[in-house]
Amino acid sequence: MLETKTFIGKTAVLEGLAEHPAVKAILAWRPEALADAKFDRNELTLTIAAGEIRVAAATVQAAGYNFFEDVTAVDWFPASPRFQLSYHILSHIYKERIRLRVMVEGDEPAVESITAIWPAANFYEREVFDLFGIIFEGHPNLLRIMMPDDWKGHPLRKDYPVEGYR
Amino acid sequence: MNRSTPILEVPAATGARDQHMILNMGPQHPAMHGVLRLVAEIDGEIVVRIYPEIGYLHTGIEKTCEAKFYQQVVPLTDRLDYLSPMANNLCYCLAVERLLALEIPERAVWLRVLLAELTRLNSHLIWLGTHAMDIGALTVFLYTFREREEILRIFEGLAGQRMMTSYFRIGGLAMEPPLDFYARVQGFIRAFPEKIDEYSNLLTGNPIFKGRLQGVGILSAADAIALGVTGPNMRGSGVDFDLRRDMPYCGYEKFQFKVPIATEGDCWARYVIRLQEMRESVGIIQQALDGMPHGPIKADAPKIVLPDREKMKTQMEALIHHFKIVTEGFAVPAGEVYQGIESPRGQMGYYIVSDGTAKPYRVHFRNPSFATLQALDTMLRGRMLADVIAVVGSIDIVLGEIDR
Repeated sequence: MLETKTFIGKTAVLEGLAEHPAVKAILAWRPEALADAKFDRNELTLTIAAGEIRVAAATVQAAGYNFFEDVTAVDWFPASPRFQLSYHILSHIYKERIRLRVMVEGDEPAVESITAIWPAANFYEREVFDLFGIIFEGHPNLLRIMMPDDWKGHPLRKDYPVEGYR
Repeated sequence: MNRSTPILEVPAATGARDQHMILNMGPQHPAMHGVLRLVAEIDGEIVVRIYPEIGYLHTGIEKTCEAKFYQQVVPLTDRLDYLSPMANNLCYCLAVERLLALEIPERAVWLRVLLAELTRLNSHLIWLGTHAMDIGALTVFLYTFREREEILRIFEGLAGQRMMTSYFRIGGLAMEPPLDFYARVQGFIRAFPEKIDEYSNLLTGNPIFKGRLQGVGILSAADAIALGVTGPNMRGSGVDFDLRRDMPYCGYEKFQFKVPIATEGDCWARYVIRLQEMRESVGIIQQALDGMPHGPIKADAPKIVLPDREKMKTQMEALIHHFKIVTEGFAVPAGEVYQGIESPRGQMGYYIVSDGTAKPYRVHFRNPSFATLQALDTMLRGRMLADVIAVVGSIDIVLGEIDR
């Protein structure tokens, strides 16, 4: 039932999954944009260089990964780069999912918005902005979505205490 | 930043702003299905723009999860989509089991499918009752809640709880189902198709109900995909995709069922599809009952699954495991998984990042209603204000999973 095949690292994935449509599309577009890759637990993760995500999203969309499911962040505080953004994208044609990953530096984290490619990302990017404080450049309406507008801080960051500030 | 900035200062859709009125609907309103606030810009009775304002129910569940052991998160997932708790439990347990590479006994898998489909019936029944009630057909509500009551009684016998069941465990199920469980489920689904006919008789031919739904809240297939709409709402727009069939999880590949599709994309199509889905769910439950294998309902993993009460009190080893799991949890190998399932409302996806400790490093819940809400504006622009109620009812949202 559970897939055992695993490829860790860019070279391993490029060798093992050279025929994968998403890998092929990214390589055809710009091989150096692919910073890292892994195929673990039956899930393909492609790490995209920061600043390239909008075009990378458009590239995989053109390659048949047509459905945007989710974007969220992980705070690796105090490591650097601090934030990891995970985009989950589904293909109705290939019936599989890929994960695009972007690492963002901590101080004033910012990344390009993909709302122009998938309008569905609108609420999700607002949520990440609200709870992690990552700015999405080019987002049409980047406002807090969960927390009140006058809230201080970003609750899902790891340096934000579970009980909140007292 | 304060509340004077957004919503109404966002550039208007048309130039004629002076004639437009801002109408606030909710958050405390019975037709808003929870605490949803909609800010509508209207021109007479025509909706120019609609802006959903959410977060009233935000409790920071994702943050809370980071402070809990993996097994302690299960009851929290109940509280996301509180109308289909078993679907949430299933998604979470499948995700953690993939991180652990844990095999689940066959009987637990089949029981999970049975319960997930029973949950779908439960959820669709509430949707049908409240949706029809919003439109003005109050009778149907009383009928659907009569059937839902029987499902809740089955759940109560199973888990001791009617709504927040928390019956699934990482590695299987919480306990053996009661002796009369299968007979009760069989009795329920034997009678249920007739009940669907009953609802259908009340609604499908009803000219008022038809008039309120047909051609209302149209969402094209392209828009559904662009806006992240999933589940019955997406299939009502003609996108033929269902995770149960196309990317099977939890043994769904062993079951025969049809995925209903409609192409109109209006509220009526969504109504028809959900009625058909209920019939298909009955079929799946029947197959699960007929083919239910024998065997244990918990995986043989003493370091992850709590031992039986009896064993714990008689065997030293079991007592140690019990103590360890309860006080320290169990370590989950580092890594990340995204597990998607087809919940009653659409594609649910739980993303779990583990750092190798006993508590999840990060849990993210992708819940279908959250994305569906984005499509509200597209469905309602240029429509009458009264259609807002019909559309909000037809997309079947639950605010618990939107706000989390």
